Amino acid sequence: MKVTGTIDIGKEPKISNVLLVEDSPRDVRLTQEAFRAANPSVYLQVANDGVEALIFQRNQGTQEHAPRPDMVLLDLNMPRMVGRQVLAEIKKDDKLRTIPTVILTTSEADVDVSKSYQLQANCYLTKPVQLDAFEDLVKSINEFWLTTVKLPQKRNIA
Amino acid sequence: MATEVLWVEDSSGDVRLTREAFREADASIHVHVACDGVEAMAFLRREGIYADAPRPCLILLDLNLPKMGGLEVLSQIKKGLDLQAIPVVRLTTSERQADVTKCYELKANCYLNKPVQWDGFSTIIASLNRFWAPAITAQLPTQRV
Repeated sequence: MKVTGTIDIGKEPKISNVLLVEDSPRDVRLTQEAFRAANPSVYLQVANDGVEALIFQRNQGTQEHAPRPDMVLLDLNMPRMVGRQVLAEIKKDDKLRTIPTVILTTSEADVDVSKSYQLQANCYLTKPVQLDAFEDLVKSINEFWLTTVKLPQKRNIA
Repeated sequence: MATEVLWVEDSSGDVRLTREAFREADASIHVHVACDGVEAMAFLRREGIYADAPRPCLILLDLNLPKMGGLEVLSQIKKGLDLQAIPVVRLTTSERQADVTKCYELKANCYLNKPVQWDGFSTIIASLNRFWAPAITAQLPTQRV
């Protein structure tokens, strides 16, 4: 019998491109370290605000050769363009909307959670304050989103 | 507080396995089963015998369903203002990349392959549960927006 749908654990590591949209240098640093520990084959790129995130994803200006992310981790409270607006732009854009966009924020407010799902965030995660808990969260993002979940192909089928 | 999950699945074997896998993973999860797409939409819209159905905080959706296919159910959920905030996880045996991408285009929140063997099946339910169970990892939307 042909076995289908086995889980990919133990396979050759594949490079995953993750775009982190985060304005706090401290959180950027922590996330980079946590991913390095969880899965060294994650290529984490950073946009410091929403405007930068969209330029990156749309390959505009100096980001002409930026890789298409397999997943976006998006903070909500940022300067220039807030996360909610970035999310709405991604999900409105035919070329970007299939990219899983996961909200990663300190906000636990119900209205932020609901509004994000309404805007078609793929998932909403709260950033724990404790370092251990934060590392565990990054580990589960890696296990679930980059290992278990089937991600869409890089380009949309037109 | 119990977590209400709607499982849309026509194979009674898979329903049984799923219930068992969830029970092992977390007893506080209530799994409601709809056997086809029409029943799923009636449950979500609280029509007929489902007038008192709870609003699920997560929907698990198979791809091949009788009466109304999984893609149609997905697009109806994501078109309805009232329902579109409920996360929908596709859990299906299809590994076709075109199906995967189509689901993300129709705004599925994530896509998982349903393993055929029990070990893989319970592993995937446990991982689904670890990730999506409220207050464990993911935050889920509340009853009403």
